[in-house]
Amino acid sequence: MTTILIIIGMSIATMVPRLVPAFVMEKIQLRPWLNRALLAVPYAALGALIFPGIMKVVPEQPIIGIVGGLVAVLLAYFGLNVVLVVVGAIITVLLLTM
Amino acid sequence: MRTGAKLRSSSNIRSSQAGHMFKRGLMVGFPIMLGYIPIALTYGVLARQSGMSLLELTLMSVLVFAGASQFMGANMIAVGAGAVEIVIATFILNFRHFVMNLSFMNQLRNIPLKWKAPLSLGLTDETFAVSALHSEEAKKEKGVYFYAAIILVAYLSWVLGSLVGGLLGDIIPHALSQSMGIALYAMFIGLLVPSVKKNIKVGLIAIIAMLLNALCVQLGMSSGWAIVVGTIIGALSGIYLLKEEEA
Repeated sequence: MTTILIIIGMSIATMVPRLVPAFVMEKIQLRPWLNRALLAVPYAALGALIFPGIMKVVPEQPIIGIVGGLVAVLLAYFGLNVVLVVVGAIITVLLLTM
Repeated sequence: MRTGAKLRSSSNIRSSQAGHMFKRGLMVGFPIMLGYIPIALTYGVLARQSGMSLLELTLMSVLVFAGASQFMGANMIAVGAGAVEIVIATFILNFRHFVMNLSFMNQLRNIPLKWKAPLSLGLTDETFAVSALHSEEAKKEKGVYFYAAIILVAYLSWVLGSLVGGLLGDIIPHALSQSMGIALYAMFIGLLVPSVKKNIKVGLIAIIAMLLNALCVQLGMSSGWAIVVGTIIGALSGIYLLKEEEA
């Protein structure tokens, strides 16, 4: 029973930060500078999500994550579809850990 | 072009446009599935080992839908941490979604609130990343189906993956599931690189966020806060860096 209550509490704790912006953005008009900051959020978030987290793919060997990431950069640079970029990176890590 | 689209407003064409958008969303969301399934399976196994029932661990995926928080939650439940402590830790870990969704909701200004609210609940790092880098659909007719499909793929992979993990245990060989741990990072890279090719300044914003995140982690900050700090300061650099882009 306690576990169910914890789950409900966690559910609310994840819903609030997700839901509040929907109502906030409904109400306000943004200054251009703030609009630019929000336009930059996806790129900043991607950066923060990629590094240094990628080094933990194989926790004891951070270099494997880095190499997998560099292969992904290369494949994406040559214009491959995201699915192929992902598959290429998986194969790279698989080969390096075998 | 736009008036042409408006004139073709028979319900038939409208619903096929919705179907088209939905299918595109499924395709674009597919890499998320590739990344979520091994993580969801691992979560299911771990949550089962930490003493949660199959119902509880699946319910957590249904109601919480946040990978990092669920791993943490399962661990904390296993060691007998207090409920309040777990809920607060979850809130802190997920606070980054507040920043991300401000940006996403700004992108969806033309979409009514009755749609924006449920889409917000489906926001994760991954659904945000994919949706935000496909911003042109927000302006198209029935574009909301595109975003709904991305979220649906992610949600179903997550919930079903955790159920299967709890039910069957470790079914993916360790070497493969470990290698698939790079999937979401590779997806982030696959989304970022084409944007950097178009505008190098976007890459600079990402690098600023990366370095700040790494610095905050080095200084001993929890990973949740480090991502928030990296994202906010990276985004603030956009105020200056994206100046000329604005028409």
